[in-house]
Amino acid sequence: MFAAAAFPILPALIITPLITVAVLMLIPANRNSELKLAALVGTTITGMMSIWMLYAFEIADDGFQFAVNRVWLEELGLSWNLGVDGISLFLVVLTGILFPIAITATEPHHDPKQYYIWLTLLMSGSMGVFIALDLLLFFLFFEIVLVPMYFLIGGWGHGNRIHAALKFFLYTMAGSALMLVGIVSVAFLSQDATGGLTFDVVQLAEAQALSQTAQRLVFGSFALAFAVKVPLFPLHTWLPDAHTEAPTAGSVILAGVMLKLGTYGYLRFGIYLFPQAAHDLAWIFLTLGVIGIVYGAAVATMQRDLKRLVAYSSVAHLGFIALGMFVLNTQGIQGAVFQMVNHGISTGALFILVGWVYERRHTREIAALGGLQKSAPIMAGVFTLVMLSSIGLPGLNGFVGEFLILLGGFQGARWWTVIAVTGVILAALYLLWAYQRVFHGTPTEENASMPDLRLSEGLAILPLLVLIVFLGVYPKPMLERIEPAVERLVVHVEANVDGFEEPGPEQLPAEPATADDLTHTLEEAEAEAEAKEEAESLGGEG
Amino acid sequence: MSGTFVTLVAAEIERPSIDWHAIAPELILLGGGALVTVIDLIWLERVRKLIPTLTSLVFLVALIPVITLWADGSGLPRGLWIIDENVPATGVWEGAFVVDNYSLVLKGLFLLSAYVIVLLSTNYMSEGDYYDSEYYQLIAASVLGMLVMSSSRDLISIFVALELVSIPAYLMAAWRKRDLKSNEAGLKYMLMGVFASAILLYGMSLLYGIAGSTLLSDIAAAIDIGESRPVITLGIVFTIIGFGFKVSAVPFHTWAPDTYEGAPTPLTAFLAVASKAAGFVALINVVIVALPTQANVVEPFIWVLAAITMTVGNLIALRQTNLVRMLAYSGVAQAGYMLAPLAVYDGISDRATSAVVTYLVIYAAMNLGAFAVVIIAARKTRSAELSSYGGMFNYAPGLTLAMTIFLFSLAGIPPVGGWWAKFEVFRVLTEGNRTSGIALAVIAAVNSVIAAFYYLNIAKQMWFLPSPDGDNSRIAIPPALLAAVGLTVAATIVSGVLPGVVSDMTDFVNVAAGQ
Repeated sequence: MFAAAAFPILPALIITPLITVAVLMLIPANRNSELKLAALVGTTITGMMSIWMLYAFEIADDGFQFAVNRVWLEELGLSWNLGVDGISLFLVVLTGILFPIAITATEPHHDPKQYYIWLTLLMSGSMGVFIALDLLLFFLFFEIVLVPMYFLIGGWGHGNRIHAALKFFLYTMAGSALMLVGIVSVAFLSQDATGGLTFDVVQLAEAQALSQTAQRLVFGSFALAFAVKVPLFPLHTWLPDAHTEAPTAGSVILAGVMLKLGTYGYLRFGIYLFPQAAHDLAWIFLTLGVIGIVYGAAVATMQRDLKRLVAYSSVAHLGFIALGMFVLNTQGIQGAVFQMVNHGISTGALFILVGWVYERRHTREIAALGGLQKSAPIMAGVFTLVMLSSIGLPGLNGFVGEFLILLGGFQGARWWTVIAVTGVILAALYLLWAYQRVFHGTPTEENASMPDLRLSEGLAILPLLVLIVFLGVYPKPMLERIEPAVERLVVHVEANVDGFEEPGPEQLPAEPATADDLTHTLEEAEAEAEAKEEAESLGGEG
Repeated sequence: MSGTFVTLVAAEIERPSIDWHAIAPELILLGGGALVTVIDLIWLERVRKLIPTLTSLVFLVALIPVITLWADGSGLPRGLWIIDENVPATGVWEGAFVVDNYSLVLKGLFLLSAYVIVLLSTNYMSEGDYYDSEYYQLIAASVLGMLVMSSSRDLISIFVALELVSIPAYLMAAWRKRDLKSNEAGLKYMLMGVFASAILLYGMSLLYGIAGSTLLSDIAAAIDIGESRPVITLGIVFTIIGFGFKVSAVPFHTWAPDTYEGAPTPLTAFLAVASKAAGFVALINVVIVALPTQANVVEPFIWVLAAITMTVGNLIALRQTNLVRMLAYSGVAQAGYMLAPLAVYDGISDRATSAVVTYLVIYAAMNLGAFAVVIIAARKTRSAELSSYGGMFNYAPGLTLAMTIFLFSLAGIPPVGGWWAKFEVFRVLTEGNRTSGIALAVIAAVNSVIAAFYYLNIAKQMWFLPSPDGDNSRIAIPPALLAAVGLTVAATIVSGVLPGVVSDMTDFVNVAAGQ
């Protein structure tokens, strides 16, 4: 913590990309490689800082760390209030990792200067969303990220890009416009309880001053905004268009980072601020999540366009995350957070791979591809690994998240989970079938001459592959950082919802001990030991 | 008027001395405008090139006492007379002319807007073979009306100020006299304007009939009878309808698109920003000062006006293919947002006023900026059709960026100004935790999404589509227009990133009692 106090790391995460933008503006527009280098250096520095936070993060601390709080507008109680806990930490790191990779992996076809400026601006905004602890500040970042993404899709996308960009913008804005009304309402309705107008999430969540009806309505306005962003069925229709038409880097960021704004929003601002309403209405989100899982998988199976297939697989994956969140127990939410990161890694990697196939073959039509394994064996290998991670093969990262979600789900929402499990099988179906059609078989002439991965491309995607394996084999460092914050959230829900108790294993007799349970107890022991230490040191001082 | 004048003269013997400082902005504008006219009459062609510069100087000089009055805030609110505490004030104009923070912010807004309008007009007028000196004199006269309006707390001075704002504008709307559309613009504007004035006068006369005084505070006291009477309601409704024409609220907006399209574009900017703001000021003055006890009549009426104004304005704007007409309808919709706080003013009249004025200030910056870009673009394309903006990014990237900032601001996307204006409106609407307010906030939120669609449509044309005729030669931007764009871009960004700058100025206390 002392290091964090010395260096304001969170503002730096927002400001470093902005400085990069300023640098990019100074570079002449025709210097392609210099522009790329500047963008890469700026985003990498930001990424490094986010990784450093992993190290500096206090594992046992369930509160907000690296906190920064500066008054922005006193009369409104508006403040520049930043902080990170176990829930947001890994999303920040994910953002930090994905941006440099997205920049390395692909090249814009025109106007590189503008392209990199929008991308780095997007990074700044995305960081801001995940670390803002002031509702209004969160809203600002939530809206700001729309603008660069709009221009990225509209300017560098494929085919029907302008329509897709507009659809993306309007859908998201429709949700967030109502959310602004909700934000202002919750601040005013809590005014008496918090002792003055404030948009501080923690204060508002502690106050819990809204009546049941008001809480449901305001939660509804938030939930709508996040449901568009996640996206939950039936608000998902912008996603296939936007993902498919976006340039590769845009798709990677859209899937990897921006969809998480919705799921993260549910955890930080939905369930935390309105536990009662979230608990009462959880069945809606469980149902929509499960519909998303099955529907997304079914539609993905039928796609002819490889990129669209990956886009629909996102709908299914995000359905899992919604299921995990609204079970409202530690394992479910922990799994959801874990799965958010997994989805960013594996779907990001899939989009990069599809982008490379498109660059080489100028088509994403599954029927036009085939036998690529012969011409590009390394790419096929990479694709296999990423695909298996996306399916959730044990030993890779996807399994850990899905397993935790299903484990939590069986305890809290059994019948929903029973249906959701079919999603695991369906995912195997559509991805393996797609793989079979694209990489197996005898290649046509065009496919036979497709060049394999270049070294630079291999290096670009390598970090993601390492993460896929590492998190699959050894998820503990990540889970132990997520858990305290998630437990705190669950305790908060328990404390503020009448008669609600965390759905736990006691409902299922003879639950076999899992690896996770072991970590669980291990951590408890650690936490106890630390508490003892603290008590001792306090005693020593006294 | 002559009756009042006699009383004035009769009162002269014991009247306190005039507070010259308080009325200095109006006097400077009056004197400066007259001076410009005289200079023009004496030296004719030889000074014609200097007239716009002189006029803009007059506006800036008039701004000085506004700033000094603001800085010397201790004496506020001030009136026309310097009132000795020991001598009871008896003048007829007592309390009719008030200089407080609220009116000073508006005066500043009007003078700065007028300055930008002159910047916008300079090239347009000198290149278009119009009578240009007279145009600037008329603008000065109209702005004088706006300054008086900011301080008016009396039905007569409000009416006189409103006519002083409007009559020069009728003339200027028809300024492109060889163009039938401009003639139509002027005629339509005048007919509707006069019609509105008649309705307004009718409403005012009813209010006067009840109160026996034209002073707003007297009216407030006279109609505070704890019940509603048909005659009071009628008076209120007619008065608000009269102002409804001026602020182009639906269904009294029909003149706006035709007038905006036909009038010279700088004047369109003037009508859409300054003249509309003047209408709002009149409405605020009457509602907040004279009708604080009549919320049960005023609020539902304005609620309905605001809701249909924003919805209809946006829906029609969606279908426009001409950018000036689109901005006209978007201005109608924006008027709906500005009306919204007045639909819940009961008990929070200061906050409601602050929200409306904040919106007016930010709206002025972003809308003037958008018009500046339209004027610049028309110098090359000779058109305001939406399709003519295609490919603008290729030949005018800076201008495209500026326009994008204005469009995103109008759509309410942070971090540029518009979001703060919307936020202030939402804040007032939800503050009282009243169903009507929250319902209106939801309507406004839905509307802002509709609006985003057509604003983005313009951005799309400029950024993504090719230019229609393949002509990618650069646009030469004259310094005056460049300055106008620069000023408005700066104001739009600052008001969004540092909203404290605006909200500190518009944080009014006791607007109603400022007399």
